[in-house]
Amino acid sequence: MHHKLIAAALCAGLVLPAAARADEASDLAAMRAEMKQMQKDYIARMAAMEKRLSKTEAELKAAKQGGTAKPVAAATPGTTKPPQQSLAQAAPPPPSPPPPIPDQSAAMMDLPPSPPSAPPTSNNSFNPGIAAVLNGMYMAAAHDTSNSRIAGIAMGDEAGLPPRGFSIGESEISLAANIDPFLSGFLDISFQDDNSPTVEEAYIQTKDLGGGFTLKGGRFLSGIGYINERHAHDWLFSDAPLPYRAFLNNQYGDDGLQVRWLAPTDQFLEFGAEIFRGDAYPAAGARNTGMGTYTAFVHTGNDINDSSSWLAAASYLHSDAMGREYNDSLFNGRTDLGILSAVYKWAPGGNPTVRNLSLTTEIFYDQQSGRYEVSDGPLLPVNQSRWGGYVQGDYQFMPQWSFGLRYAMLGTDKVPLALTGTDLDDFGHTGNAETALLEFDTSEFGRFRAQYTHDEAGLKPNDEILFQFTVIYGPHGAHRY
Amino acid sequence: MKKFILCAAVAALGMASPAYANLSVFACEPEWGALSSEIGGDKVSVYTATTGQQDPHQIQARPSLIAKARSADITVCDGAELEIGWLPMILQQANNPKIQPQAPGQFDATTFVPLLEQPLAYDRALGDIHAAGNPHIQTDPRMILPVAKALAARFAQIDPANAATYQARLADFDKRWTAAVAKWTAMAAPLKGTPIVVQHHAWIYMERWLGLVEVAPLEPKPGVPPSSGYLAQVLAKLQATPAKFSIRAAYEDDRPSTFVAEHANIPAVALPFTVGGTEQAKDLFSLYESSITLMLGALKK
Repeated sequence: MHHKLIAAALCAGLVLPAAARADEASDLAAMRAEMKQMQKDYIARMAAMEKRLSKTEAELKAAKQGGTAKPVAAATPGTTKPPQQSLAQAAPPPPSPPPPIPDQSAAMMDLPPSPPSAPPTSNNSFNPGIAAVLNGMYMAAAHDTSNSRIAGIAMGDEAGLPPRGFSIGESEISLAANIDPFLSGFLDISFQDDNSPTVEEAYIQTKDLGGGFTLKGGRFLSGIGYINERHAHDWLFSDAPLPYRAFLNNQYGDDGLQVRWLAPTDQFLEFGAEIFRGDAYPAAGARNTGMGTYTAFVHTGNDINDSSSWLAAASYLHSDAMGREYNDSLFNGRTDLGILSAVYKWAPGGNPTVRNLSLTTEIFYDQQSGRYEVSDGPLLPVNQSRWGGYVQGDYQFMPQWSFGLRYAMLGTDKVPLALTGTDLDDFGHTGNAETALLEFDTSEFGRFRAQYTHDEAGLKPNDEILFQFTVIYGPHGAHRY
Repeated sequence: MKKFILCAAVAALGMASPAYANLSVFACEPEWGALSSEIGGDKVSVYTATTGQQDPHQIQARPSLIAKARSADITVCDGAELEIGWLPMILQQANNPKIQPQAPGQFDATTFVPLLEQPLAYDRALGDIHAAGNPHIQTDPRMILPVAKALAARFAQIDPANAATYQARLADFDKRWTAAVAKWTAMAAPLKGTPIVVQHHAWIYMERWLGLVEVAPLEPKPGVPPSSGYLAQVLAKLQATPAKFSIRAAYEDDRPSTFVAEHANIPAVALPFTVGGTEQAKDLFSLYESSITLMLGALKK
């Protein structure tokens, strides 16, 4: 047994090295073949490089004589590297000290080679686009504006006017970025002039659904109407038109989900629907297990010719309110609101740089039904319809300068006897406001406005002059139509 | 009858989504629309989002553009932030995965040529600057060919079935273009060294190509309209270093250049800047030919 083992070990000792040698031999052959291949490759590469060089020289000559364009190696699709780099990538790595490759692009174009932009290495290169919007206002008015009213409307908390004197209104900070290939995110925090921060918008949106679908979720401004979805700094006037103040507390934004579908048609045609928590005016109390508001809207639009284009929209909003407060009153019930919007824009030849005009009109109609309670009094039934509308024009008559005119009005049903004298009673008054605006833009990021309003929204007429600056800095996305 | 209905249904489906539909191109500017047609021929349907009468920096994100981008297979744009004021909004609202950033269906011409004037500092106090460099590459025809080559490759990548056509059309275009550039360069020889004033600082590639010398732009900073005080400064400068003529893009406000031209007693030339900018600039070839003719005409005055 022992001997057998030794013999086997000996045998193994004899055989194994031989096997190893055989392996070595085959390895050597492989290495030789590899080296030969490398040599071949090297020769081929050198030949290719020489060819490239002579081509470059020929082109250089041609450029000096005739000046033809040099061919830049077509970069692979999707890369954004400067062509100098793609050129370097295209050339094979030379194993020996490289022959000097003239910077083709620079030589051919007679320009100093631009420094290749080094890829950013710091850990802030994925930072989102951060933009800030600053506002400053000065309000002069015949009567105090801080407790201004709209006749017949139990207003939301933001529907009022700026106070007299200096104020900053809303300052906003927004952060926007792609989250990954499928989602983008947007956060907008606004600071009221009492220093309290508010999350204005905080949503994610799909980028890659295809089929014309987009989903949005989080807190966002509803797509109803025309100006509702725009941030205040993107409005054509310093304040929201009267119906937006009365029906939507300036604009409707809430926590929820939105789906939009863009039809594959030549004419722009978009459908959208939303469901919201229902905590924001005209909703309140997050009814229906936190799904108190839903909306639907359709947008359509097209060009008329090179110079003019239009957009039209029809929107519907249903909201439920539980304990919506105003002064010492409460409202419980539902509001169904419909909005029709039309926008027309004109610019000579479609070039808005020097002169351009935009006309907007929107009509609001709503039905408010439920129960109304004043100072812990009895619950009074309400069934009231209200309507409003505005028409506005804005004309840029020369670069940087524009003026605007706006007329807005608002009316409500006569209230039943039990509600006479409450905030829902307009005392037969039809609210209206006429506004004129003069605007000077230092650039697309800086703006000064002077706005005059003859305000008869409440029972007591007021005359208001508002001076305002608005600036945006940091990367700021392009604006909607 | 049933068969007929079935046939009709199939036919209707076929019409709704033809199997061999053309590659749908959304070109941001007329020069890239024209180049797309040169390379794509009848294999592509080109929609050009702007005209030669429009300032490509400032386009309204109109509903019609969103609808067109919705069904595009590829956008062919200048890039380098030229369209930053409107295209991102179009892309966001169209939400077409094919043409989102980094997708093969987003083609930016300026990524295929070296750009001049890459700013050392990004500060909006410097005016309307573009972080990637000056984007107006189409003022030099030598920049067109590298873009054409990249575009043919990109068309072939997205639409491999017609790759051979794109390559053949590119080869043909290459030949005609190289000859034309040589012809234009020779034709424009008298312009070498000519001092000029420009309205917007948008002509640096043409200036380098033809050896024109820019005495001053009529904008104090890119994109900032001139005040009368600034124009007076330009006039003072022109007294010391006279220019032969002023140039502006046909779409630009003619008042500053007309004002300076009148007071400095030099001709004001409106160049097409892109295809369709003037009546003569019907296609890529006549764009450069008519531009040079206009400038040679102004030189003689």
